[in-house]
Amino acid sequence: MFRTLRYPLSPWREMERLRREMDRLFQDFPSRYRINMAPAYPAMNIWTNENGAIITAELPGVSPQDIEISVVNDTLTLSGKREEQECGENVRFHRRERGCGRFVRTIQLPFQVESNKVEASLEKGVLKISLPRAETDKPRKIAVKAS
Amino acid sequence: MSNETEIQVAEQQKQEVVETEAERTRDRKAFLPRTDIYEDGDAITIVADMPGVDESTLDITLEKGVLSINGYVEPELPEGYSLSYAEYEIGDYQRSFKLSNEIDQEGIQATIKDGVLRLMLPKVGPAKARKIAIKAG
Repeated sequence: MFRTLRYPLSPWREMERLRREMDRLFQDFPSRYRINMAPAYPAMNIWTNENGAIITAELPGVSPQDIEISVVNDTLTLSGKREEQECGENVRFHRRERGCGRFVRTIQLPFQVESNKVEASLEKGVLKISLPRAETDKPRKIAVKAS
Repeated sequence: MSNETEIQVAEQQKQEVVETEAERTRDRKAFLPRTDIYEDGDAITIVADMPGVDESTLDITLEKGVLSINGYVEPELPEGYSLSYAEYEIGDYQRSFKLSNEIDQEGIQATIKDGVLRLMLPKVGPAKARKIAIKAG
């Protein structure tokens, strides 16, 4: 679809082109693994193989009863609450970098999960959820017969 | 427990330590742990988030008025799995604080639980007689 351009050298077009070039440059940048920006708290890493997935998240200071994990088909929902600091009265803050409050995150996996075999453990503030793949979703190997 | 707000985190990604004077000798990255520092009448409390660190992998040293916190993380990479999506990196934690004269350096206490380090730095009272506590072990 072509539009007739009234101002052939519009500065916006140049900037758009520059932005596209920069995006391409950063996408092709070789790195061991790309770190994506987490859309919400907490940041998660996903490890996969053909039998399932393991999801790790850093949740320091959260106790296991404050975390809810639910799995429906291929979607995992992780929600919970980080408790506020107990500090006495008459307190003055010098730094406040840690947050507290509710968090909810949903992740969609590329396969269906066997929901009654999901295990989760929380150790030293690191949450590890192992999600085995549903048996019905595993790829079936088809033998090729030579005729 | 009146209003439960959405959790707000200052910066999403972990901040890496900027190496100014001496370089690190370990081959892993070091990050600055997110810290809350607050002060009341008797003590200054430092609370730092260090997931993956427990009391055996934590080093706290106080030298010439500078308190340094070093937490070492042994990454548990799942065997047989490959990383397909990463939003955070795993590394050690390191942060230093300069303490003023009003801290009683003998009375600093540290506890770590669930990856959260809590440091209690008591303040020296102006005319308080200093008692030296003797701890066993």
